Amino acid sequence: MKNNKKKFSNKSQLGMITFRFSKNKLAMFGLAVITLLIILCITAPLYINYEDVYKQSMANRFISPGSGHIFGTDQFGRDLFARIIYGGRISLLAGLVVVAFALILGVTLGGIAGYFGGRVDNIIMRICDVFMAVPRMLLSMAVVAALGQGTFKMLLALSIAAFPGYARTVRASIMTLRNQEYVEAAKCCGTSSARIIFKHVVPNGLGPVIVSATLGLGGTILAIASLGFLGIGVASPTPEWGTILSENRTNIRYYPYLGLIPGMFIAISVMCLNFVGDGLRDALDPRMKN
Amino acid sequence: MTKYIMKRILMLIPVVIGITMFIYVIMSLAPGDPATLIMGPDAKYEDILAKRQELGLNDPIFIRYLKYMAGVIRGDFGTSWYNGYNVMSEFLSRLPNTLTLGLMSMAITIVIGIPFGVIAAVRQNGAIDYCTLVLAMLFSSMPAFWFGLMAQIYFCITLGWLPATGADTLKHFILPSITLASGSLAGQVRLTRTSMLEVNKLDYVRTARSKGASESRIIMKHVLRNGMLPVVTSIGGHFATLIGGAIVTESVFAIPGVASLMINAVKIRDVPVVMGIIVVISVFVGVVNLLVDLTYAFIDPRVKLDG
Repeated sequence: MKNNKKKFSNKSQLGMITFRFSKNKLAMFGLAVITLLIILCITAPLYINYEDVYKQSMANRFISPGSGHIFGTDQFGRDLFARIIYGGRISLLAGLVVVAFALILGVTLGGIAGYFGGRVDNIIMRICDVFMAVPRMLLSMAVVAALGQGTFKMLLALSIAAFPGYARTVRASIMTLRNQEYVEAAKCCGTSSARIIFKHVVPNGLGPVIVSATLGLGGTILAIASLGFLGIGVASPTPEWGTILSENRTNIRYYPYLGLIPGMFIAISVMCLNFVGDGLRDALDPRMKN
Repeated sequence: MTKYIMKRILMLIPVVIGITMFIYVIMSLAPGDPATLIMGPDAKYEDILAKRQELGLNDPIFIRYLKYMAGVIRGDFGTSWYNGYNVMSEFLSRLPNTLTLGLMSMAITIVIGIPFGVIAAVRQNGAIDYCTLVLAMLFSSMPAFWFGLMAQIYFCITLGWLPATGADTLKHFILPSITLASGSLAGQVRLTRTSMLEVNKLDYVRTARSKGASESRIIMKHVLRNGMLPVVTSIGGHFATLIGGAIVTESVFAIPGVASLMINAVKIRDVPVVMGIIVVISVFVGVVNLLVDLTYAFIDPRVKLDG
């Protein structure tokens, strides 16, 4: 009898989620590629001389990808591999910063709105509605215009454009959790509101937020690259994947590798993040899968 | 119905007030005096003062905001800080290019996205299903500007089939529209597929099957009709995404549309232009969403629109 029982419940909730996730081949593939990319970026100083990122050499312009320079060189003779890897540090980190900042803002506001309801909820959600009514790209551009250009300001602009989505997700999942019995029990014990929110409600409502954050990370990396490409994001010569594409724009027609390689890095990382996000969604809520 | 429409239109007012107020506040918090920026580093102090007076920057921010909103009510979005053109008329002169681009790519998304979504659902877990989903995933992960650049180089420069830049004829819009559609296509296919699969599981479809209705009749008559409902709603959402995507697409193909006006204005911090564009487009997106919801109520009598 004891054995029989064990068979069904030897895995914790987290264990079940990890198990389901590890069964998803695409998601595991995405996770592996992203992890590899992050490790490559973090350990970059070990195998790339930082000088290579900026060092210009007119004698070595437009060398095709090959033995000397893995990804070739650009119009100023800078090593494209060094620029891409160091660019990855900026693109991926910037994406993480934006999502983290938007999450902090979104989870706090959405949490307060969902938990207290009533007038507070109404005010916060109307503010979110206003921000959601404007296309995200336009909103971030408008904030950049009002604040002025700069990497940090751009990240702030993108976070402002992204937080209402998270606030909505958090609010929706908290609305359903608010009336659960264990929350009622905590209330009866005289637990403070802050403690109930952060210890009981948030951990249980985190699933959908993690999923939308993972999927949002891919979108944010795309948005940062787009702004870099338009010349209002990370400014050249700082390497960022979109900025690298923008620098090489006029030469891509003669030297296609200058366009193909940075674009592929953006596409692959975004796609893998989407795989991971989809995998997480299916793992967290198997009923959603069709 | 009229009451509902009125209510939805009135709901756009707080959006306009909120966004303009937000931008005014961050503008006043941002460092740097606009007049000094406009006149450049070599300008005389008197000239800067005169420019401040001309732009009305000497008023308190609250008064400036009220003056601006008074203009907005009359459809006057002020003039550019740098070139002195009227924001609204410049916007309107560029709107046709952006609209053509947007509508053409919307048409491509619908005409290609829906049939492929349906096929993927009908042949669930088949070869076509997997290919469509993988392709859809690939397209949605690619940066639109990169896809555009590569397509431009191949089709316009290498093959010479289509003009590379500009917006003179409809031919100029073919590649930009495909580029713009590539991003939203994936979402359209996946949504259509999911929605079709969901309806396919419902009881009335099983009834039709057990009656012996032919598979094509079931799909066309029973599943498709109800399966299209969420797809119609999604079109409103696509519209907002399309406008975001149009910004990079117009830049790649050098189309003189609203988005390129926006990019230049952002680069030189021409706030009235940016503000005008963002307000008009937000209202536009709101109206499109309203129209979509009205269509939704029209094609699905179960949906009741009351405020």
